[in-house]
Amino acid sequence: MSIDIDTARKVAKLARIKVEDDALPALATEFSNILGFIEQLNEVDVEGVEPMTSVTPQRLYRREDVVADGNQPKSVLKNAPDAREGFFAVPKVVE
Amino acid sequence: MSDLSKLTIAAARDAMRKGELTSVELTDACLSEIEGASALNAFVHNTPEIAREQAKAADARRGADAPDMNGVPVGIKDLFCTKGVPSQAASGILEGFRPEYESTVSGKLFDAGAVMLGKLNMDEFAMGSSNETSVYGDAINPWKNDDRALTPGGSSGGSAAAVAADLCLGATGTDTGGSIRQPAAFTGITGIKPTYGRCSRWGVVAFASSLDQAGPMTKDVRDAAIMLEAMCGFDAKDSTSANLAVPNFEAALTGDIRGKKIGIPKEYRMEGMPAEIEQLWADGQAMLKDAGAEVVDISLPHTKYALPAYYVIAPAEASSNLARYDGVRFGHRATLDAGDGITEMYEKTRAEGFGAEVQRRVMVGTYVLSAGFYDAYFNRARKVRTLIKQDFENVFNAGVDAILTPATPSAAFGLGEAKSADPVQMYLNDVFTVTVNLAGLPGIAVPAGTDGSGLPLGLQLIGRPWEEGDLLNSAYALERAAGFVAKPTKWW
Repeated sequence: MSIDIDTARKVAKLARIKVEDDALPALATEFSNILGFIEQLNEVDVEGVEPMTSVTPQRLYRREDVVADGNQPKSVLKNAPDAREGFFAVPKVVE
Repeated sequence: MSDLSKLTIAAARDAMRKGELTSVELTDACLSEIEGASALNAFVHNTPEIAREQAKAADARRGADAPDMNGVPVGIKDLFCTKGVPSQAASGILEGFRPEYESTVSGKLFDAGAVMLGKLNMDEFAMGSSNETSVYGDAINPWKNDDRALTPGGSSGGSAAAVAADLCLGATGTDTGGSIRQPAAFTGITGIKPTYGRCSRWGVVAFASSLDQAGPMTKDVRDAAIMLEAMCGFDAKDSTSANLAVPNFEAALTGDIRGKKIGIPKEYRMEGMPAEIEQLWADGQAMLKDAGAEVVDISLPHTKYALPAYYVIAPAEASSNLARYDGVRFGHRATLDAGDGITEMYEKTRAEGFGAEVQRRVMVGTYVLSAGFYDAYFNRARKVRTLIKQDFENVFNAGVDAILTPATPSAAFGLGEAKSADPVQMYLNDVFTVTVNLAGLPGIAVPAGTDGSGLPLGLQLIGRPWEEGDLLNSAYALERAAGFVAKPTKWW
């Protein structure tokens, strides 16, 4: 499958990665190569095969629905690029 | 110059128990080797103060009852979160990140008395097969066959280089598609990826959660058994962690594999495979046969589709896992222009923070998960994954105990040589290892010979789920028969 420049632009937008316009053609070519490689999967007969959800036949571990941890806002905020008054700070989200 | 850093974990343990060696001496020897080995770019964050403190504590704890890893200096892959110590997954986006917590696996090693020398280089977010996508620059293979700098493999390239160059006694690695086994093979050391669920993934920076597993990279099979045992075990903080007892893996090393059935999958005989790899594989079969195993031909019919399935599933999971790097809670945030809103913050931060290969995989993953393509790509790949796992179940049900394959399609290549316009060429490095991750099985790479120019080559053994002890024993028999003792000549 060939990926065009508009699709490449759309995917970059969905992935929230800024890609300059002049880099889009090369990106589209790379995508096309990778997807071309993936297309081989169409040769496989998967009729009636269940998609794998867990590689080991075990149920996900569950724990009691109780508070197990918490009350450490300082640790949580420690690595934030911008933390103020006990919150993560971000640019204005709504006008 | 002391040779202490050349010791195996087992030898160091025995000497420390007997009181012939202290962890402080051993740790100092490793620290001095690391200081002299900056040309390898294996250690990227050194932690000598922590190491000396842990070594002193280990010496105080010394005795017959001390755990096997007590006082043993190791390196930790940068993918593991280590409390208060930079943990960047070799990415610019985690610049300055110092976790407030310790990963379960590194915590288990330290509880067992292991000493952390520092953090090890790797491909960014473990995405790569040559350690060339790291924000720290390339790690260099201590092995050489001419004046070129060779890759130590990836993604655990720093771990492999450090162990092969005797900078530490062992190192942690992680393996999503071959990232322990391929670099182990490229550097003449041993590396095991255990069964999915054996090692907790908690605190290990996630790449593809359904495939990621931690494991040890060591100088021999016995050391792999010792270190793996210390890393394994149930962890309530990882919902995919297996609630199974951890056996004594070292006790499984009898070297007796008489009557074991070893499968040779015909689909691993690739077109264009170098004659040396073919020969090594044949030699490995002969060695196991000589040791009393029965060698049988088997078929794993969906092998060909493992890499394309992997390059749907792994990027899909990565695109989801890496969504957390948004410049809000940790790591890098881009400098914004006037009028930039939150979307621009995300987009600029991720464009600046992620390298080219990571961006590529995140976007491929985004594409295969996007509306209209989810079924065609992601669900189809998950169905093929079911078939790949069934291939293995069928041969194990037919009585096969382990499967022998080459570990890599070539010896280590020159840095820069495999970087081409087509990223798919690099992906082919994982052709023999990636099936094992898709099926969740344990796999081990053992050095078994050299190519014509003297570079190490490895063989891979694949075991039944949860039978790491049996797998390690087969690997031990192979190691003894192969008698690989070559070491890189020191040039760094």
